[in-house]
Amino acid sequence: MSEVLVLVEHLNGEIKKVTFELLTAARELGAPSAVVVGSAGTAAKLKESLAQYGAEKVYVAESDDATGFLVTPKVDVLATLVGAKSPAAVLVAASADGKEIAGRLAARTGSGLLVDAIGLEGSGSDVTAVQSIFGGAFTVKSQSTKGTPIVSVRPGGVEAVEASGAAAEETVEVTATDAAKATKITGAEPIVGGDRPELTEAAVVVSGGRGVGSAEKFDVVEKLADAFGAAVGASRAAVDSGYYPAQFQVGQTGKTVSPQLYVALGISGAIQHRAGMQTSKTIIAVNKDAEAPIFEIADYGVVGDLFAVAPQLTDEVAKRKG
Amino acid sequence: MPNIVVLVKQVPDTYSERKLSDSDHTLDRDSADAVLDEINERAVEEALLIKEAQGGEVTVLSVGPDRATEAIRKALSMGADKALHVSDAALHGSCVIQTSKVIAAAIGKVDSVDLVIAGNEATDGRSGAVPAILAELLGYPQLTHARKVEIDGSTIKVTRETDEGLTHLEAGLPAVVSVGEKINEPRYPSFKGIMAAKKKPVETLSVADLGIDAGEVGLGSATSKVVEVAPKPPRSAGQRVEDEGDGGSKIAEYLVGQKLI
Ligand SMILES: Cc1cc2nc3c(=O)[nH]c(=O)nc-3n(C[C@H](O)[C@H](O)[C@H](O)COP(=O)(O)OP(=O)(O)OC[C@H]3O[C@@H](n4cnc5c(N)ncnc54)[C@H](O)[C@@H]3O)c2cc1C
Ligand SMILES: Nc1ncnc2c1ncn2[C@@H]1O[C@H](COP(=O)(O)O)[C@@H](O)[C@H]1O
Repeated sequence: MSEVLVLVEHLNGEIKKVTFELLTAARELGAPSAVVVGSAGTAAKLKESLAQYGAEKVYVAESDDATGFLVTPKVDVLATLVGAKSPAAVLVAASADGKEIAGRLAARTGSGLLVDAIGLEGSGSDVTAVQSIFGGAFTVKSQSTKGTPIVSVRPGGVEAVEASGAAAEETVEVTATDAAKATKITGAEPIVGGDRPELTEAAVVVSGGRGVGSAEKFDVVEKLADAFGAAVGASRAAVDSGYYPAQFQVGQTGKTVSPQLYVALGISGAIQHRAGMQTSKTIIAVNKDAEAPIFEIADYGVVGDLFAVAPQLTDEVAKRKG
Repeated sequence: MPNIVVLVKQVPDTYSERKLSDSDHTLDRDSADAVLDEINERAVEEALLIKEAQGGEVTVLSVGPDRATEAIRKALSMGADKALHVSDAALHGSCVIQTSKVIAAAIGKVDSVDLVIAGNEATDGRSGAVPAILAELLGYPQLTHARKVEIDGSTIKVTRETDEGLTHLEAGLPAVVSVGEKINEPRYPSFKGIMAAKKKPVETLSVADLGIDAGEVGLGSATSKVVEVAPKPPRSAGQRVEDEGDGGSKIAEYLVGQKLI
């Protein structure tokens, strides 16, 4: 069975969930090989979890350069492996870094670039990516016509399923970075994730808009989210008004979410907001304006004041969850 | 005195309906209103701020159909100095990689470039890869998803903002920068700016002018191809009730009925 390379996303010795999704998707196409690029000792910490999601091989590329420079060390390692192993495909997460890594790798190896897939079909070299474009208005299938298909896969697009793999280690040389063409990382201030689930991965998302009115009052949204065990989202108007941090923005220029349940509080439902959430399974809206466009796509809508409706719902949910 | 090239793209206005053409699955550019992508206004703004502080020249570059002149004029009316427009029927249906190769070749036509500034992600394709691919092709460092840009002589420092948080970056010029949504508030073109823009030079180039063979670009030689397109049926409205003091309980009942709680 042909190999499928999966670039592992990790932070502080922990694997990101999207990597397990990629390994699951890779199993559809062939035998997954996890590629770990990081500082010395990283792979040892990650190996066991990679094996749990079916990684047959683990390529270990460890050096100081690997973490000292932006994006390019990962491209270097993947390009080396594409040359040496002729994989059926390369999968990376469609994160900011992943999209850039995929693009550079495709350019360097003369391959086709398939962006932001929500699913993969096919086997061997016959790889088809399923994509959802224009905010979910179209589903598109596409293929690479040259080289090795390089696919970035949207976090949350594929459901991660466990399967055991051999996770046989193989060391890969990290070529020294040409500093003139590379970008040095001089520091980082990572976002410390709270107790809530990741926005793109959550089964339930509760979002607040300009209707929430202030940063302080956003706790009405947070309390409902916590009753559900949900992630918190925000409209761009709420972000621009300083009610909630930018990384929680849902919409065309923010996150695309597709949860089982999406609750929109004080959000009008502008087309750019809908672009990021209209593929949610069930949509609930609370808005005091009966004409708000969010009601056009809501499965259940309440015309009313969110400060009355949301706390009541919070209590009901808490009661039922006991 | 940095020489800056700003990359701008005309995209379908997201307020209008966006479609794919039935015949070849490419973007149906006539079905929607076209606008300068909002993120590119921020790219132009950042270039102008650098120019105002340090001097130099700002060249706007766009690869796209004739209509893209509107986006170019807007960038010029904000204050950019001149423009290059690569427009060629052969480009129809080009993939991200091909487009990046054309942009890279066009950048080569501008004298002594110090900085290329782009948006981090276009609202139509959302590939979020062109700036990184350009860095790859040009052999420049990439400082992408910038929230803050500082240039000191031949050193550039950028604060990168992504879902991961902030990353501090440093590299030497020439370099490729892409800007994020939070970098600045773009200025509105003044009346004077709009009038001045009409006289600013816009050079139109074909792919042949860039030394690229027409067979290397366009749908026929794209590195990826669309094999199937299916429109999603639009969502329809469900139930809507007025809150009569029991709105929250009603939602809870609905969710219980749907087995969601
Ligand atoms: C290029 C571009 C990209 C964009 N990208 C995004 C994006 O990624 N995400 C995004 O969200 N937007 C995006 N926008 C902005 C979008 O067009 C809207 O401006 C934005 O979504 C509006 O946010 P909102 O619904 O919170 O605010 P508003 O439109 O102001 O709506 C607030 C709503 O709250 C209701 N309300 C007020 N008080 C209460 C109350 N007490 N109880 C109940 N309801 C109340 C009001 O009736 C109103 O409907 C983008 C725009 C452009 C041009
Ligand atoms: N055809 C084009 N012409 C000029 N600039 C472009 C073009 N396509 C992409 N860009 C630039 O690259 C950025 C990111 O686009 P993308 O990688 O396609 O999401 C855009 O915001 C533009 O600055």
